[in-house]
Formats: sequence, C-alpha cells, structure tokens
Amino acid sequence: MVKHHLFWPVAVLAALLLFNFIYSPDFFSIIVRNGNLYGSLIDILNFGSPLIIVALGMTLVIALGGIDLSVGSVVAIAGAISCLLISKGTDQSAWSLVLMAIGVSIAVAIVLGLWNGVLVSIFGMQPIIATLILMVAGRGVAQLIADGQIITVSSKTYNYLGAGSLAMLPFSIFIVAAMFILVSLLTRRTALGLYIESIGCKPTASRLAGIRSRTVMLAVYMFCGLCAGIAGLILSSNVSSADGNNAGLWYELDAILAVVIGGTSLNGGRFSVTGTLIGALIIQTLTTTIYMTGVPPEITLVVKAFVVLVVCLVQSESFRKAIVARWKTRHYPAEREVKQHV
Amino acid sequence: MGVTDKQQPVLQMSGIHKHFPGVKALTNVSFRLFPGEVHALMGENGAGKSTLIKVLTGVYSIDQGTVELEQKAIRIGSPMDAQQAGISTVYQEVNLCPNLSVAENIYIGREPRRFGRIVWNEMNRNAEQLLKRRMNLEIDVTLPLHHYSVAVQQLIAIARAISISAKVLILDEPTSSLDRGEVLQLFAVMSRLKSEGLAILFVTHFLDQVYEISDRITILRSGELIGEYRASELPRIDLVSKMIGKELHLLEELPKEAKSANEGKEPFLQATALGKKGSIEPVDMAIMKGEIVGLAGLLGSGRTELARLIFAADKADSGEVLIEGAKGGVHSPRQAIDNAIAFCSENRKLEGIIDDLTVRENIILALQASKGWFQTISKKRQIEIADEYIKALNINPPNPEHLIKNLSGGNQQKVLLARWLLTRPKLLILDEPTRGIDIGAKAEIQKLVLSLAREGMSVLFISSELEEVLRVSDRIVVLRDRHKVQEMQGEELSQSNVMKAIAGG
Repeated sequence: MVKHHLFWPVAVLAALLLFNFIYSPDFFSIIVRNGNLYGSLIDILNFGSPLIIVALGMTLVIALGGIDLSVGSVVAIAGAISCLLISKGTDQSAWSLVLMAIGVSIAVAIVLGLWNGVLVSIFGMQPIIATLILMVAGRGVAQLIADGQIITVSSKTYNYLGAGSLAMLPFSIFIVAAMFILVSLLTRRTALGLYIESIGCKPTASRLAGIRSRTVMLAVYMFCGLCAGIAGLILSSNVSSADGNNAGLWYELDAILAVVIGGTSLNGGRFSVTGTLIGALIIQTLTTTIYMTGVPPEITLVVKAFVVLVVCLVQSESFRKAIVARWKTRHYPAEREVKQHV
Repeated sequence: MGVTDKQQPVLQMSGIHKHFPGVKALTNVSFRLFPGEVHALMGENGAGKSTLIKVLTGVYSIDQGTVELEQKAIRIGSPMDAQQAGISTVYQEVNLCPNLSVAENIYIGREPRRFGRIVWNEMNRNAEQLLKRRMNLEIDVTLPLHHYSVAVQQLIAIARAISISAKVLILDEPTSSLDRGEVLQLFAVMSRLKSEGLAILFVTHFLDQVYEISDRITILRSGELIGEYRASELPRIDLVSKMIGKELHLLEELPKEAKSANEGKEPFLQATALGKKGSIEPVDMAIMKGEIVGLAGLLGSGRTELARLIFAADKADSGEVLIEGAKGGVHSPRQAIDNAIAFCSENRKLEGIIDDLTVRENIILALQASKGWFQTISKKRQIEIADEYIKALNINPPNPEHLIKNLSGGNQQKVLLARWLLTRPKLLILDEPTRGIDIGAKAEIQKLVLSLAREGMSVLFISSELEEVLRVSDRIVVLRDRHKVQEMQGEELSQSNVMKAIAGG
C-alpha cells in the first residue's frame, strides 16, 4: 500500500485534517443553513475550486515536461474581461449578456494558452521563459482592461457561478467535478494521456514513433489556458469584481506545488490527475488551517513554506531511505559488521 | 602474461547476491581480478554483467557477499567510494562534458589550484603529459572534447579514470562504436596499462576482441557464475555454448539460402539525389519489395544519415523519394509511418524506448500514434498484442506491465522491433539492431529479418558488423565519406569485395 503512488498525498491530507480535528473538534461539523450546507470542509472545496482547476491544466503541461507560469495572469485577464463586459450592459443579470461575457473571456483564455503553446512548440522556446512573458505582460494587460480600477458588477446571474449553490452544495464544486471528469476522460479514454507521457519522457523518441508532438503541445497549453480562464471566472464571480492587480496572484506557484505534491514529476512523463486533486486540496486545507489557527498574518507564508517543505521531504523516497538507514544503523551491533567481512 | 595463481588478486568478490523485485540478478557470484591482466566478463543479456559492474562501481548495494580490494574488505556505497577505493569505470557512452576542453574534462572537480584559483597552464600541461605518456596521444588539450572522435574521447575518458585512481579499470563495451583502427589503438593502450600492473575488467560482445586482448574470461549466465577460464584454454565454441547454456551453432546455421535475384521485382522506394549538406551527398537508391538492402560503411560514412533522411527523421535538402511509384514524398516521421515505413534508431536510449512507460505501452505506441487520439486500442486488446509479441520475440521478463527501463538492452531492442512490426510496415529500417546485444538475441533478430523479407517486407539493414550485413542482405550499398561508392549483389557479395569498396583506393 505504501508503494501506491497516492499513498503519501493521501496520508499528508489525512494528517492535516486530523490536526484540524484535534485543534478544533467542530472542524468536521457540517450544518444546514438556508437550505445550504455550511462547514469548514465545504469551504475548503469551495475556495479551493479555482486552484484545483488551474492545477488540473498544469498537470498536463508539467507531464509534457513543460511548465506554465502565466496561469495567474490568465486568471486575472479572464476575470477582468467578463466583468468589464457585464459592467457595460444595461441589464447586468441578463442571461445573454453573462453567457456572452463568459464565452468571450474563455475564448481569450484559450487564445492565450495557444500563444504559450506556439512559443514553446513552434518556436522552441524554453517553457519557463515562454510563459514568463505572459506572466509578466498578462498582469499589465489585465490592468489595462480594467483601466487600472477594480471593476465591480452586480449581476445575480454571474454571481451564481462562484457563489451560487446547487443541491445544497456550492456550484463551483460541480464545475470542479465536471473539469475533473473531463480531464480524466481526455487522458484515459483517449490516447492523449499516452501521448503526453511519452512526449514528456522522451520527445525525440516520441516524434520518431509518429506522435504529432506539436499538436499535442498546442492542445495541452490551450487546455491549460482554458482551465485558468474558468478559474478566473469563478474567482471574479465569487466576489463580483475583478482586480487586475491581485486576482490569481501567485496561483501558478500554488498550482505547480499541487501538481508536485500530487506525485507528478517536474521532469515530465507519468502523471496523476487524482494526485493533483489531492495535492490542491492539501494546499487549500493548509491555507485554511493557517488562517484558522490564528497564525499572525506577517508569518503565514513562512509557516506555509515550512509545512510544504516537510510535505515534500516526507514524499521524497531518498529522504525517507536516508532517515530509515540512520535509524537502522543506530541499532546495528558493531559485532555484526565485523563478522560479515571476516 | 605474468598471471600466476600464486599471485594475490587485487579484487575479490565472493558470494555476491543481488535481488531486484521479481528478479534474481546475481546469485552467489564470485569474481577475482589479478593485477596486470585483462579479464573479460562474458554473458548474454540479462546474465548479470551490468549488475556486477554496478555493484563494483557503487551504483547498487549488494544483499549479501563480500568485496575485497587488496585483501581488505570494503563497502562500496556510492560511485565516490568506488573511485576512492581505486576502481574506475569507463562506460559504453562516454559520459564527459562535450563542450568543456579535454584538459578540463580530465581534471574536472580536482583542478590544480593556487590561492583558490585554477592554474590553467599547469592543468593543460599535466593533461598533455598524461595523454602522451600513458595513452600515446598527442592532441591539443585546450580544444573542446566534441572536437575529437568517439575513439579519442574514449581514450580521454580512460586517461581521466586512471589518473584518478589506478588499481582496477572497468571498460564497459568500450569498442562498440569504434572502427578497426581505433580498436587497435585502444588495445595498445590497454596492453600498456596492463604491463604497468593495472587490472582491467573488459566487457564486450565481440568475441574476436575477447581473444585478442584478454588473459582470462569469466562467464555469467542468468545471474550465476559459470566459471573462470584462461582465454588460451577456452575454445571459442565452448565460450559461446557456455554463455548460451546449450550447444548452439545458431549463427552458422542461419539459412544461407539462395538469395533471390531482383529481376521482375517492383521497387517499394526509389530515392533520387537524396541528400543533406554536411551529412550525406546526394544518393540514388532503390529498395525492392521483399528485398533486404544492407548499408555498409565505416562509422560516419553516412549510413545512419541516409536512413534518417529516408524516414524523414532529418529533413533532406535535396532529392526526391517515390514510394511505390507515387510522388509526394515524406516530410516527417509521421508521414513516413503513414507510408508504411518503420525506423528502428541506432540510439535506443534516446530515440527508441520511452523509459517510464511499460513494455505494453512501448509496444503499442507507434500503432496508437497512427490511429490518432480518439481511436483507442482497448486495454484488453493492448495486453493481447503485448503478450503475442512477448511470446513471438521471446521478450524477457514476459510481463507486459514491466517498465521498459528495467529490461536488458537486447529485450528493449525486441520491444522496439515489436513496436514497429505491429504497424505492419512495408519497409523496415533497422539501424544497428543488434548492437550491444548477445549472440542468441542477435541470431534471433537476424532470423526474424530474413523471414520478414520472405513474407514480402523490404528491409534496410545497417550494421557495423560486416559479417552480419553480408549474412542477411540481398544487396549491399557501400558508403564511404558521405558518398555512395558502390552497389553489389549476387556473386559479388563477399567480405573482401565489400571491404575493398569500404576502404576505397
């Protein structure tokens, strides 16, 4: 069981939850208020949903041996566009207006992903540099769209996306579920997963085996853009406003972390979508825990960094081996050592 | 040489056990190495040679057993330990830094320093002297390593190894990419080092070379020790049968049936003036249906380059390729595959296997790639296919879910063959399909090639072993210095004719 690739992520998540339970026993309590479910667990799922979606897209990019630093900026741009379009409307809650705004911002997000994909696969740029361009420029673009302001909208229809509820649960959870199923189907029911793992592991060998790696790369970066766009919509709809400066700030780092904690190697190759889901939940739980335990705000990032370090060390096989070896040699009788060699 | 049994071995390994999950890599293996000898370690793929070497170099730790160096038990926990104990290794692929200078490569990590600064003059002078004195090599040590041929790089790697520590030198397949002259140069160096008292462990698949240079031979089979022999007392045929484990005259028995004439056969592929600047001058060539065409020539003569142009692994800058008479050409590997061409690269590690994937996934990869995203092969069907090929090609271990990186070289090669056979190619390009694999597997692959051609498949066969090219080919195209120099078939096909064409003049 320890050998299973999801063992450590699940163990870490369980440990975090257990800590929370000990710290505040009503952590697991879920109550019904106004016909909706409320509780810390629901909050984690709800607030974690944009991160999970971004991390899903990031998983595929990382499995390809790439990385996408621009997702945070794409989150901001998508939010800014949809809020701008809605704020210009006369009836902000009109379905047609909201759907149009959502459609346009998602299309833009996909085009931004395509841009990254073109730089990486056609011009052969290093992914970290190629996406750094959009990461930096994208923030500026988001602020330009919002004209340096925070755009607020008052649209009940749009607000439903990030703050509404369905069947007593936050609606965003259903979006996450849909995206998770979509990614799983795409990668395991079509050959896309095999192609991605193959290219991520050995690009040249994959090309010689006849895989159209360019097409796959373009598709994956576009998908990552799509994920970031959806996350941007959820975030901005949740607060009914778009802040080009701060929306989705540092999302790329949390997403990369979620992927890595979930067990997908930054070297590319094998990936685990379920692992990423758990990884993102670990990060969101950690964030919630830190706020809940009342860590002073000026050191929350330090605490988070420390916990992440521990999580990564626990998951590292060589680190575990080193610890175990230490432990064993402590109890290793010197006589045995001598006998073996004589 | 002066190896007598009274002498003490410099290295003695006894009762070595090493298990991997599901595999007993070494079972109670003993091995000794005397100073001043060249000792050949022989065995088929999966015999445990690599494991034994990795134990010696500290890559693997042993489950049981002892390793003694100069009568003292040692523990080799890491490659660093091995180096410090005096055991150096030069691998098949030279693993130095191609864009550092020769001198830097030799002294990297232990540069002569004064006040914390590297003394370049001293380093270059030392490197020059080292190469001249011990390798008989006079070259400019300030040039980057990639400036020199693989053979010279090999010698530089050896120089680095012995300058670090000089008790035991392990040479793992050092000759697999060297030509005859370079091999002789290497052997001269080996003889000299031997006479200076160094113990050399030599791993190779070339039987000729074993007898040319070795004093003793240790044979492993399936992770067990078969025996240690003096090279002079072990006839070649005994060596082979001990390695394979049964009396086998496989190679001699290959059907040397009358090679059919090509008259009346239609061409599958016709290339006119196909070439690429700096890699191969324009070549005209045709491959008939059901014909095996051998490409002969020295390393760097343009063999591989020509094959890569045909498959469009590299882009040609001149010429035209007709496939079954049709124009349109081939501009990418993808198109080549669509035209029923398959290409098994010589670089198995980089261009062949996908390490992290299973044997099953590696086998179906090319077929799945040609089917596209949505037309997937069901897992059940994948396993059926994998099992079928594992059985047909005798792939070991016979488990489709094994990661390919854990297989031996010969078995990886068979998986790659399976990958391509599954696409039902009409033209199969095999670039060094038997390099670095054992005799048994070699014979199997050669047989397979012959039977595929009999069923109508065209094959383009490239190998550094002339004997092998001659054995399988209906026709041989000889390349020299990036030019096609001659084509021969039928009666003309003989070792001496091809040799003459290769040598030229």
